[in-house]
Amino acid sequence: MSGFIVHRLIQTVFVLILVSLIVFVVMRFLPGDPILLYLSEDQVRNFTPQQIAEVRAQFGLDKPVMVQYVDWMRGLFRGDFGISMSYRIPVWEEISRRLPITFYLGSIAFVVSILLGIPMGLIAAVRRGKWSDTVATLLANLGITLPVFWLGILMIYLFGLYLRWLPTFGYTSPFENFWLSTRQAIMPVICLTIFATASSARQTRSAMLEVIQQDYIRTAWAKGLKERVIILRHALKNSLIPVVTLKGISLRNIFGGSVLVETVFNVPGMGRLAVDAMMSRDYAIVQGVILIIAVVVCLANLIVDISYSWLDPRIRYG
Amino acid sequence: MAREGAVGAGVTEMPPRYSEFQRFCSVFFSRSLVLIGLIITVAAVILALFAPILAPYDPNKQNLSQRLLQPSREHLLGTDALGRDTLSRIIYGSRASLMVSAGALFVATFVGVLLGLIAGYFGGIAYMFIMRFIDALMAFPTILLALVIAGLLGGGLTNIVLALGIGLISSFARLMCAQVLSVKENDYVLAGRAMGASDLRMMFMHILPNSFPPLIVQVSLWVGFAILSEAGLSFLGVGIQPPTAAWGAMINDGYKYLLTNPALSFAPGVAIMLVVFGFNMIGDGLRDALDPRLRGRL
Repeated sequence: MSGFIVHRLIQTVFVLILVSLIVFVVMRFLPGDPILLYLSEDQVRNFTPQQIAEVRAQFGLDKPVMVQYVDWMRGLFRGDFGISMSYRIPVWEEISRRLPITFYLGSIAFVVSILLGIPMGLIAAVRRGKWSDTVATLLANLGITLPVFWLGILMIYLFGLYLRWLPTFGYTSPFENFWLSTRQAIMPVICLTIFATASSARQTRSAMLEVIQQDYIRTAWAKGLKERVIILRHALKNSLIPVVTLKGISLRNIFGGSVLVETVFNVPGMGRLAVDAMMSRDYAIVQGVILIIAVVVCLANLIVDISYSWLDPRIRYG
Repeated sequence: MAREGAVGAGVTEMPPRYSEFQRFCSVFFSRSLVLIGLIITVAAVILALFAPILAPYDPNKQNLSQRLLQPSREHLLGTDALGRDTLSRIIYGSRASLMVSAGALFVATFVGVLLGLIAGYFGGIAYMFIMRFIDALMAFPTILLALVIAGLLGGGLTNIVLALGIGLISSFARLMCAQVLSVKENDYVLAGRAMGASDLRMMFMHILPNSFPPLIVQVSLWVGFAILSEAGLSFLGVGIQPPTAAWGAMINDGYKYLLTNPALSFAPGVAIMLVVFGFNMIGDGLRDALDPRLRGRL
């Protein structure tokens, strides 16, 4: 077990290095001068070539690329993500204010997708062909069909403007005003979770259907075990293996969804920050946001994989 | 048992002589949802191809005296803030949606298959580097990566296709690699090697064709996701540039008039849903018909 974890840790470090390389390459080699990471476009236009050369030297942009990368990484470890052009504050300050918001909404959405999606798929598989299967399968198919931002707009129209049950936008910290915060969080969380919930339900259903046909399940029935024990202990645990793999991907999709959902509901989180920064060409922020999100997804995947090894002993000892 | 279930009752009297194609069809068309999905998809493709004939109005013709009209007999879904006919724009919007997602899937499949093939076939250090690179790529949410790349490259069809394609590579590379690893174990690969086939020949003439069925399933299951991502990008304003009609951008434009003209936002969303549903159903049908573990069971 510990051997597996150590192996997986080393692997994660390697992947994180590659993540940082991808961000570095994307931000520096795509069209546009990397000097835009440090200066706004207006400044670049107004500066004399000599001033620009000075700025280049100041930020080390005249050095070889490899040296630039190493310098940049050193800065990251000191928490130096650069200065935001539009907010005029260190990038890390802005990110550390917004990350908890996205993390809060995203983790609720993630937990909901597990607590709702897996039982849905389980019921659909066990009651295969019955009406509960039809309903669950239909809902799951609907869930992976809806554009989340459109669902958001529909809900704003229905629950916010028409029925006036819920506030239509904004975010409040749960520590400040728990009731308002929860009311504001309901619609964004539904939007964030719907795709993940629906896809785990689908995955659980098809995995269960496959496992139920295995010989050891027939043996369990023949032994006279109770249905509850067979379904929960023998079938579900084995069906969860592909579902857990999928959960790693759905985490990434929840973060991706937050880009859209936070825009629709005006939630000041990471996704919104990424969109705003992209629109105002605030590249230092863009760089920080994609890096942090990718790192969070990597670390979350590490946790998922370790829990995976608990489910599937073949991985632990293999 | 699985095969008998698929081809029907007459099996017991006479050994069946059904071709793979017949078997495929009998499974694929057995579910009504798949059939509905197929009809929707074909309809969407026809709409996109023949948009100029089928659309009642020019999608880009502005008519400020007729702005924000409610649905009526002349304008079945009303008009937008610039007086353009919503129905015509939805019909033309299918072009942006289908072109971008098809292009992005092509890019993603091409690069993903190549990477997966190399990693799986050569193994060792190539496997390690490519798969860790894919792991790293997988850490970036598709839409975020596409947003950043499209934003940096600037709008336009090619750039959106590239951006979204890069965002989708990782899933295909993973699948292809796993597929190659299992196909490689077959005796015919060993035989081919014993006969002195070159690496390139082995990879492209033997392993690639034998990895196709799961790949087709995977691609078909990702079409819906690609369409949703394209819509999301254009909703955020980094998709196909206006005035060309795109569903996501139409939803965003209509958002401002939600209280007075809800159809402006609702209708394009329904279009997205229908098309995504159509492709998802085809994907499910293909999976049921092609997946060797499920052969005819569903």
